[in-house]
Amino acid sequence: MSNWERFLETFFNAKVMAKYLPDIAYGMLVTVELAALVIVTGLALGLALALARSLGFRPVNLLIVFVVDLFRALPPLVIIVFIYFGLPAVGLAPSGFVSTWLSLALVLTAFSEEIFWAGITSIARGQWEAARSTGLSYGATLMNVVLPQALRLTIPPLTNRTIAITKGTALGTVVAVSEILGVASSAVSNSYNPSPLILGAAAYLVLFFPMVVFGRWLETRMAWKH
Amino acid sequence: MLETFFNPEIIKAAWPIILAGLGNTVLLSLVVVPLGLLGGLGLAMLASVRKPWVRWPLMAWVDFFRAFPPLVLLILLFAGLPFAGLELSGFACVCVAFFLNTGAYYGEILRAGIDSVPAGQTEAARSTGLGRLQTMLFVVLPQAVRNVLPDLLSNTLEVVKLTSLGSVVAMPELLFQARQAQSVTYNPTPIVLAALVYFVMLWPLVRLLSRLENRALAGRG
Repeated sequence: MSNWERFLETFFNAKVMAKYLPDIAYGMLVTVELAALVIVTGLALGLALALARSLGFRPVNLLIVFVVDLFRALPPLVIIVFIYFGLPAVGLAPSGFVSTWLSLALVLTAFSEEIFWAGITSIARGQWEAARSTGLSYGATLMNVVLPQALRLTIPPLTNRTIAITKGTALGTVVAVSEILGVASSAVSNSYNPSPLILGAAAYLVLFFPMVVFGRWLETRMAWKH
Repeated sequence: MLETFFNPEIIKAAWPIILAGLGNTVLLSLVVVPLGLLGGLGLAMLASVRKPWVRWPLMAWVDFFRAFPPLVLLILLFAGLPFAGLELSGFACVCVAFFLNTGAYYGEILRAGIDSVPAGQTEAARSTGLGRLQTMLFVVLPQAVRNVLPDLLSNTLEVVKLTSLGSVVAMPELLFQARQAQSVTYNPTPIVLAALVYFVMLWPLVRLLSRLENRALAGRG
C-alpha cells in the first residue's frame, strides 16, 4: 500500500464515513436547531434592548450598557461553562443544549444591541424632528422613519457578527451537546479513525460557507454609494 | 447565594491557581495575536496584487477559514494529526489553528484597509522612486491600519477571548485553571472568579471599541 493510499484509508475511509454519516447528519440537525434558536432570540432581544435604550431613561440605559459590555467582554465558552457547571449549585440544571443556547443568545444580544443602537443613533436628529412635526407619534417615527434607514446600515455588520457567533455552536461539544463536533469526536474515539472528524468538518463548511459568502455579497451590495 | 458563587475561603484558595491561568492567558495572547496579524498581513499584501488569479483563491482561503469554527479546526489538529503520525502539543495546535483562523480575519480587515487607500498614494510614492515593498510598508500600510483600527482592535478582543479554547486541549490558561479549581472544590466560585478576571481585563477595550464603532457607523449615515 502506498503512502497516499494509506493516507486516504486513514482520513477518508469510505466505510467509516458511511457508517457514521447518519450520526453526523443528526448532528447537523442539532447544530441547525441550536443556530436558529440563537439567531432568533439573540437578534430579537438585541433589537428590543436597542429600542428600550432609545427611550432615553438613564438608569435603564446604564444597565443595558453594562449588560452589553459584560457579554462582549466574556468569552462565550466561559459563559457556557458557568451556566452548565455553575448553576446546578443553586438547584438549576440546564442541559448542555440549553446552556449553549442561552450563552450564545446572550452574546449575540450584546453584539446586536450595540449594532442596532449605532444604527439608530446614526439617523440625523432632523429626521426625528421632521417626522414628529408632521404629527407622527414617537412609535410611528421609530418604526416608519428611523428603523428602516437604521436597519439598512446595520445589516452587513450584523450578518458577519451573527455568523461568527453562530459558529460558536461547536462550543456545545464541551458540555456534551450532540451537535456536529460532539458527534464526530465520539465517532472518532469509537472507530479509532479520524474520518468522522473530516466528515464533520465538511458538514460545517456545507452549513457556514454559503453564509460567509452571502455576508460578503451583502457587504458589497449594501455599501452606501458616495 | 454569595456563599455559593463568591465564597471568600474558596477565593483565597483558588486565587493563586487563577492567577497562574491569567499569566498563561496573557502569554498565549502575546503569541497568537502577533501570529494572526502576521498571517493576516501576508494575506492582505498578497491580495493587494490586484490580479483576479491571486485575489480569488485568497478570498476562497479567507472565507474557508471564516466558515470553519475555530474549535473544529483545533480538534481536527489535536485529535486528527496523531493518526498521520504527527503528534503536536496542545500549545502547537492552538498556534497553528489561530494562525489559520485569526489570520483569515485579520487578513480580511487589512485587505479592506489597503483597498481604502487611494491608488494615487501608491502612484505618487512609486513615482518618487520608492520600491513596491517600500511603498507598501511606508506609505500604504500606515494609512490602511489607521483606517481600519477599530476593526483590528475588535478582532484582537475576539482573539484574546478565543484563547479560552485552549482549555479544551488542556492548556493551563484561565478557564482551564478555573475548571480545575472548580472540580476540586465542587463550587462554582473559581469560574465566577475567572469570568471576573476576563471582564476586568477586557472591559476597557470593550468601552473603547463601543465608542469607536458608534462613531464609525454614525459617520456613514
